[in-house]
Amino acid sequence: MGPDATARGGASVSVSTPSQWEAVIGLEVHAQLLTQSKMFCACRADYLGLPPNSNTCPTCLGLPGALPVINAEGIRLTIRTALALNCEIPEFTKFDRKNYFYPDLPKGYQISQYDLPLSRNGWLEFGSEGRSVRAGITRVHLEEDSGTLHHAGEIQTSAFSLVDLNRAGVPLMEIVGEPDLRTPGQARAYLHTLRQLLIYIGVNDGNMEEGSLRCDANISLRPAGSPALGVKVEVKNMNSFRGVQRALEYELERQAELLDRGEVVAQETRGWSELEQRTVSQRSKEEAQEYRYFPEPDLPPLVITRAEVEEVRAGLPELPAARRARFQTQYGLSEEQALLLTARPGDAGYFEEVAGLGVDPQLAANWQLGDLQGLCNAVNLTVDECQVSAPALAELLQMVQSGEATAKVAKEVLARAFETGANPAETVRSQGLGQVSDQGEIAAMVDQVLTQNQKAAADYLAGKDQAFGALVGAVMAMSKGRANPALVNQLLRDRLPRPGG
Amino acid sequence: MTLLEEPIRELGQRLRDREISAVELAREALSRAEELDPAVGAFLRTTPELALRAAENADRRLSEEPTGAPALCGIPVAYKDVICTEGVETTAGSKILRGFVPPYSATVVERLSALGVVPLGKLNCDEFAMGSSNENSAYQLTRNPWAPDRVAGGSSGGSAVAVAERFACATLGSDTGGSIRLPASFSGVVGVKPTYGRVSRFGLIAFASSLDQIGPLTKTVEDAAIVLTAIAGQDPKDSTNVAAPVNGFLDDLHRGVGGLRLGIPREYVESGLEPGVKAVFEQSVQTLERLGALVEEVRLPTTEYALAAYYVIAPAEVSSNLARMDGVRFGPGFPGASSLREAYETARHEGFGPEVRRRVTLGTYALSSGYYDAYYLRAQKVRTLVAQDFERAFSKVDAIISPTAPTPAFRLGERTADPLAMYATDVLTLPANLAGISGISVPAGFAEGLPVGLQVLGPYLGEAACFRVAQALETEVGIWDRMPPPAAVPA
Repeated sequence: MGPDATARGGASVSVSTPSQWEAVIGLEVHAQLLTQSKMFCACRADYLGLPPNSNTCPTCLGLPGALPVINAEGIRLTIRTALALNCEIPEFTKFDRKNYFYPDLPKGYQISQYDLPLSRNGWLEFGSEGRSVRAGITRVHLEEDSGTLHHAGEIQTSAFSLVDLNRAGVPLMEIVGEPDLRTPGQARAYLHTLRQLLIYIGVNDGNMEEGSLRCDANISLRPAGSPALGVKVEVKNMNSFRGVQRALEYELERQAELLDRGEVVAQETRGWSELEQRTVSQRSKEEAQEYRYFPEPDLPPLVITRAEVEEVRAGLPELPAARRARFQTQYGLSEEQALLLTARPGDAGYFEEVAGLGVDPQLAANWQLGDLQGLCNAVNLTVDECQVSAPALAELLQMVQSGEATAKVAKEVLARAFETGANPAETVRSQGLGQVSDQGEIAAMVDQVLTQNQKAAADYLAGKDQAFGALVGAVMAMSKGRANPALVNQLLRDRLPRPGG
Repeated sequence: MTLLEEPIRELGQRLRDREISAVELAREALSRAEELDPAVGAFLRTTPELALRAAENADRRLSEEPTGAPALCGIPVAYKDVICTEGVETTAGSKILRGFVPPYSATVVERLSALGVVPLGKLNCDEFAMGSSNENSAYQLTRNPWAPDRVAGGSSGGSAVAVAERFACATLGSDTGGSIRLPASFSGVVGVKPTYGRVSRFGLIAFASSLDQIGPLTKTVEDAAIVLTAIAGQDPKDSTNVAAPVNGFLDDLHRGVGGLRLGIPREYVESGLEPGVKAVFEQSVQTLERLGALVEEVRLPTTEYALAAYYVIAPAEVSSNLARMDGVRFGPGFPGASSLREAYETARHEGFGPEVRRRVTLGTYALSSGYYDAYYLRAQKVRTLVAQDFERAFSKVDAIISPTAPTPAFRLGERTADPLAMYATDVLTLPANLAGISGISVPAGFAEGLPVGLQVLGPYLGEAACFRVAQALETEVGIWDRMPPPAAVPA
C-alpha cells in the first residue's frame, strides 16, 4: 500500500474540509399548473403580461360574499403529477384554510391542503455523479398562488406597496420531498429531473425565472454516518438551478463552520441573496407563523374514485427515464445521445418523427443534436419551435442517405431553411444542388483538374499521398460540393494508376 | 290601510289584473318607509331610483304577459345588508365596509331580480350578522315595532321589522344560529331558515360558512313558501349547495296536520321558558292536536352542549372569514399607518365593533395550535352528535315543535353587558344550524302584548313539513294580519 493511500481512502482526519458533516436536504417545490383558468374561479391561469389587476373577479379579489369553486382540471393535473411520482392517491381528500395576513393574500387565508393531501408516499429517481438515486416524495398537494407586490426599489425603503392580484388563485402544486438528498449536487439533479418530468407530463412550463416553478430547501447537518438529524434551516428565494446549488453549498459551509466551532445552528428561515451569494436570516423559530389550519367550509371534501385515478393514469405519456432507455434499445443510440434527445418532450418527439420517416436513427440524431441544435441555440429556439419541421428534415436527410445531396450541401440548405422556412429538399431540387453522380460529368471535371494541377498529379504518382486529397478537393470545389465524392475518388484513381496501388 | 297588508298572492293578482301598477305599489312602499321607518330603523338605505326602475320594468312585463308573469313580478322586497347588491352600498352593518359597493349581486338577488321584484333597499342588522338583538349594528338601532323600548331581535332585525311594518312584502335575512327565526318571533312575522345548502350563499357576506343560510321573512307562511321556491335551487357558484328538487313547498301547504307526528323536545321546554312564552306554546300544541296532529315527546340529549359547540365553531370560521376585511381593497382603510402591522391594526380595530372583535379573538384562540383538538375538533364532534340527535328524532316524528325563543323581545340594553346571556337567546334555534336542518318561526300568539313565535323544525330538506305545520297554525290562530301599533318617532 502506497504512502498516500490512506488519504485517498478518505479515512484521514482533515479539519479543513467539512467532510465529517453530512448534509440532509429536502426540497419543497411549488409548480403552477397549466390549467386554462384559476383554481377556484374562471379567471385566466396565464396571468403574465396583463395590466395589473385586470385578470381578477370577486372570488380571486377576495370580495365579501364571493365563493370558491374547484377547478376539476387542477385536480386532474395534480393526480397526473402524483402518479408520475409514484404516489398513492387516497380516496378522500379535502381543502383547508391556511390563515395569515399579507397584502398579496386577498382573503387573509390561502386555500391549501393540510392533513388529507391529494397524494402521498411517492418517489423520484434521478442520476447524480454517475449513479442513480431514489428520493422519497412525502406528498403532492394543491393550493392557490398569492398575488404579487411591487415596490419602489427595495421593500424596506419603498414608501408604498402596489398589490397586483392577477396571479392570485392560480393553481399551485406543492411537491414536498423527503430529506433524502445528501449533497447540493444531488439537490440540483433532483430538481432538474423533477422539472423535466413536470414539463413532460404537461402540467408545468418549468420556468424558474418567471416563478412558475419555485424551490425551497430544508438543510441540516449531522456527523457523517449518524442516523440522528441536526437542526434544520429552511432556505428560500433560490430561483435557478445554480441558485439552489450555490445556496445549499453556502449553507453547508456556514453550518459546518458553526458546528466545527462547537456552536449550534439556529432553527430559522433564511433567504438566498443572489447578489451577495449568501443566505440571510429572515425569521427565527420563535417568529414562526401560526397558520390556524382548519377545513375549508366553502368546499366540500372530495372523493377521488379509483376509476378517475385509472383514467388519469391511462393518459400519462411515456416518462423521461423510460423514453431514454427505449431510445437506446430501439434506435441504438448512445446513453449520451438518448439523454440529450429526451431532455424535452419536444426534442424527443421531433427525433422520433424524423426517425419514423425512414431516416437512419444515427444520422437523424447527429443532425438534430449537431447542426439543427446549433442553429436553434444561436437564436434561443427549441427544435420543435424552429421553421424546419421534422418531415422537412427527414426528407433532406433521406437525400443525404441516398446520395442525392452531399452533407455539405445539406448543411447549407438546412441553414437557409432555418432562416427562411423554405423546404430544404425542394431547395436542393429547384436550385440544382443535388449531388452529381453522372460519370461523364465528373470525368470531364477530373480531366480539367488534372490538366490544371499537373504538379499535384505528378507528386501523387511519385508517392505523395496527400497530393491525392488536394486533387479530390479541387474537383469538389469545381462542382461546388455537389460531386459524388466516391465517384470522384474512383475516377481520379482510374486516371492516375500507381504501380501496385 | 295599505296595499302592503295583503299577502303576495292577492297583491300579485291585483298587479296582473292591472288593478294597481307596480310603480304605485313601489311608491306606496317607499313613502311608508320614509314616513314610518325613522321610528323603528329597519332600513340602512333605501334605493328609490332602483325600485322605480324595477317597478316600471315589472309593469311593462305585467302588461305584456299578465297571465305568464311570475308571482313575484312587481312585489316590493328588501335585503339584509349582508347580501351583496351590485351598485348598492353593502356594509353588513359594519364600519369596516363603509362605502363598499359590490360589483356583483348575490345569486338570491339575481334570481329575484329576474322574476321582476322591486328592491326597496338594504336592511339593518347586527354587525356581520353577529348578535341576537340587532344592537350590534355600527350604524343604528332597530326597535321592536310592538314595543319601542324593546329589541327587534337579531341579527336580521331590519328584515323582520320591515315586514312587520309592511314596508316590504318580503325580505331576505340570513340565519346562522337563529338570526331569521329569532327576530321573526320577536317582531311577529314568519321567518324561514332553510336546510343548509338549499339556498345559494354566493354573495352572502359570510359569518360562519358552514352554518349560514339565506331565507325569507314574510307576513304569511304561503308568502314564505313562494319566496323560498324562488330563491332555492342549485347554484354552480356555491359548492355547498345541494342538488335537490325545489318543489312541494306550496303543494302540501294546505293539507293540514291530520295524522302528522309532531315531537316536543323535552330539553327545549323543561326549563327556562318565560311563563308567557310557555302559555302560548301550550296553546299552540293544543291547537295542533285539535287539528289532528299526534304530539309526543322526543329527546335531543346533546342540546346542553350545542350552545358551547356553536360558540367555538362559529367564531373559528368568523376569525378566518373576516380576515379579508384588512383595509387594503375596500372600506375606510388605514389612514396614517406607518407599517403593515399598524395598517392592519388600525383598519381592524377602528373597523370592527366590540362583539365582532370578541368573536374574532375567540375563534383565533380556538384554532391555535395546541388548542385545536380541545376546542374546534371537540366542538365538531358535538356537532355530529347534535345532528344524530335530530336524525333519531326524525325517525319517529315528521316535525319538531318548540318556542322559537325562551322569552319574548327583551328590553334594549338588557343583555348587552352580559354576552353569555345574549348568546343564550339562541339556545332553541342554533341546534338546527349545527345539524343543517330546516326550520321556520311562525307567529303563534302574544305574551303581554309582545309577539311569540312557534318554531317548527323539519328534517334535512324537509321544509315542506315545516310549512305545512306553520300554515295550519297560522290559519287557526288568525293573527298574521295584526299590525303593530303606530309608533312615535323617537326624539
